[in-house]
Amino acid sequence: MIPVSYYLVLSAIVFLTGLVGVLVRRNIIVILLSVELMLNATNINFVAFSHYFNNVAGQVFVFFTLTVAAAEVAVGLAIIIALYRSKSSINVDEFQLLKW
Amino acid sequence: MSHLFFLYFAGVIVATSILVVALRNPVYSALSLLIMFFHVAGLYVTLHAEFLAAVQIIVYAGAILVLYLFVVMLLNVKRDERYHVQAPAAAFLGLVLLTEVVLLVSQRAYQTAPAGLPAADQAGNTETIGEVLYSTYLFPFEVASLILLVAMIGAIILAKKNIDEC
Repeated sequence: MIPVSYYLVLSAIVFLTGLVGVLVRRNIIVILLSVELMLNATNINFVAFSHYFNNVAGQVFVFFTLTVAAAEVAVGLAIIIALYRSKSSINVDEFQLLKW
Repeated sequence: MSHLFFLYFAGVIVATSILVVALRNPVYSALSLLIMFFHVAGLYVTLHAEFLAAVQIIVYAGAILVLYLFVVMLLNVKRDERYHVQAPAAAFLGLVLLTEVVLLVSQRAYQTAPAGLPAADQAGNTETIGEVLYSTYLFPFEVASLILLVAMIGAIILAKKNIDEC
């Protein structure tokens, strides 16, 4: 039986990798991919706890995370396409419409 | 044996998630994310969440990642990019948080496995999830469908070339 703390460490590592990826990368598509990493880390946590407490509610919540991830990807990629049309770039440093 | 499987899946998940962040070509990042999704699905199977493993592969690998690849190839950006200027700060933050998490989890209070698991459900995994999803979580389920509808309309409106044309 694997202790639940192993899963916690694994999901923490994946989450922090996603966090560092959001801060480090300039390509906005890779930033969205890093957000996917963070969402997957929470999913691992949900499923691990659902297994260890033998409660299926954790797995149900993974479905809601999945829904949010799908919605985020659809809207985020549409925003990226709209930004690329106006700026011809996907570098986050060039999106400064709110800065003056 | 289960430790061996866990170590394999965890190792591949960590390695590919680092590759997602480190690789410069977005297509390679997306492909290593694909490998990571498959191994997360394998981890779900070892946790007796077989239905979620299937959903993970169908939805994440089949739908979300294909959408990413479509956009990467649509925009066709092949410029060599450097890391952001805040990279050292981000690496420092990541290291500090990582040591904090490892220290917290390695405390003795979290070390023990939960005592005396209740008997496993007799019904299949999919059946149990369906029952809970359509009884206890019926209202959140409907809200989730509303979120998907809003996202669909929003994506169509945002990605449209010129709204006045229609």
